[in-house]
Amino acid sequence: MKDGWIDWAAGRIAEEVNAGRVKAEEVVRAFLSRIREVDPRLRAFVTVLEAEALEQARAVDARISAGKPGGRLAGVPVAIKDNMLVRGVETTCSSKILRGYKAPYDATVVTRLRLEGAVIIGKTNLDEFAMGSSTENSAFFKTKNPWDLERVPGGSSGGSAAAVAARMAPLALGSDTGGSIRQPAAFCGVVGVKPTYGLVSRYGLVAFASSLDQIGPFAANVADAALALSVIEGHDAADSTSAPVEGRRYALEDSLGLAGLRIGLPKEYFTQGLEREVEASTRAAVKVFESLGASVREVSLPHTRYAVSTYYILAPSEASANLARFDGMRYGYSRREASSLEQAYASSRGEGFGPEVKRRIMLGTYALSSGYYDAYYGKAQRVRTLIKRDFDEVFESVDLLLTPTAPTTAFRFGEKSADPLQMYLSDIFTIPCNIAGCAGLSMPSGLDSRGLPIGIQLLARPFEESRMLQAARAFEAARPFPALPA
Amino acid sequence: MPIDEKAVRHIARLARMELRAEELEAYRNQLDKILESMEELRALDTDRVSATSHVLGLTDVLRPDQARLFENREALLEGAPEREGPYYKVRKVIE
Repeated sequence: MKDGWIDWAAGRIAEEVNAGRVKAEEVVRAFLSRIREVDPRLRAFVTVLEAEALEQARAVDARISAGKPGGRLAGVPVAIKDNMLVRGVETTCSSKILRGYKAPYDATVVTRLRLEGAVIIGKTNLDEFAMGSSTENSAFFKTKNPWDLERVPGGSSGGSAAAVAARMAPLALGSDTGGSIRQPAAFCGVVGVKPTYGLVSRYGLVAFASSLDQIGPFAANVADAALALSVIEGHDAADSTSAPVEGRRYALEDSLGLAGLRIGLPKEYFTQGLEREVEASTRAAVKVFESLGASVREVSLPHTRYAVSTYYILAPSEASANLARFDGMRYGYSRREASSLEQAYASSRGEGFGPEVKRRIMLGTYALSSGYYDAYYGKAQRVRTLIKRDFDEVFESVDLLLTPTAPTTAFRFGEKSADPLQMYLSDIFTIPCNIAGCAGLSMPSGLDSRGLPIGIQLLARPFEESRMLQAARAFEAARPFPALPA
Repeated sequence: MPIDEKAVRHIARLARMELRAEELEAYRNQLDKILESMEELRALDTDRVSATSHVLGLTDVLRPDQARLFENREALLEGAPEREGPYYKVRKVIE
């Protein structure tokens, strides 16, 4: 049944394609037609790779016809956030400064997806250079939340989250520096994983804040997210910050109870600013985990309140250094008529970057400038130690942490864009995990009274993705999330 | 300490970003507010706390210093706004 394919799990598509019961090309055609149908309204994609995707699909089909394995993601369309390189394809970071830039090579994650038979179907919209929480900072257009077109999909990986929620792709990749996978996953009602810092290679990811950035998958269910993660994770010699661990296979069991699992509820995440319905849904999730055999108790991460300030010193500082490479000389937007080299840099950058990117470069440059370094960047790095220590200590007595992913459900366009500080606070529950480097995921726990998805977040010790995903799978099996939006 | 216009100009110069007058004023205001909210970090005693720059604790990741051929060289150069043969062309730096 042709229309069914867009509703299939990624794992099932790969199985059917490998078994020769379905052609990868037919699957890809179905998703391309879904994109043509709904993306004009949602605008999740910056680039759709129609011809290339069909060509890749035919190559997968040829491999299988020749009796070779199609791969663990055979014929599975994957959408890639437009800050990761796909060879020969425009990579814009949703910024005017990179418009027209064609990637000369594939990011390691893209190479690994291709090796397992995945089909790159397009590049998705983001807040410019991944700086934002609503995708409103894209220099091109706003992506809409599939559940309510008047609301944001979250950000910065809003295009990837919306693409999966609207079944334009069964899988997508995003990047998460302070919540940019988990918060849009929560707003769009899908699963989003922020792996342990260093688990997934960042070779070919346009760097934002190098001590925090991590690539991870979006999927409509936990098993698909685990499958995608197992394909992209593991050491890569091309990324010197990549952890020396091999890629793993996640064998998730549907029926497994969670007896013996200790879950902590950090009390600092249940304070003011948390919407009542989001809190209620998280508390209801606690009951589900308890009914599965887990023991749940309150814990404390005392330095949580300092995380946002710490983050908004560290991330802009690192960004101001990373974004120095965009100078209009080797690629991208360029003002050539300037009188001097320095003037050419300054006008290319002044005109090429959007307001939020410039704000963060200014903030970061200030925090790193002579006379202020110790007071800001140095101080933030020390506070980072305290925040990380909170996690180390609490993970001595519990295995996982359970929190709301964001204080609210999806907000309206323009609701927070006038006040940068308000926007920054929407990441209050996701930021600490990046600062500490641990693993995190967001998954849907229900809908609020407006019909908007609510997300819960699970956090785990570094490299304990397996435990986190198994708990998420058990929760999902006990409390299936009813539907994706029409 | 509030940031004045001179300081904002200095920061923009360090960042090699040309900003319009209204941008300078807007950023002055916003940086003021953002930095003020960060004052809360001062309340924490961190005198005896060491800095964390990398959470995994990886140090000195080394590999053999071997040149490798990048097979898609032309694609790298193609992106240049201005080039001459295999070179990027920039404004004159030395008079």
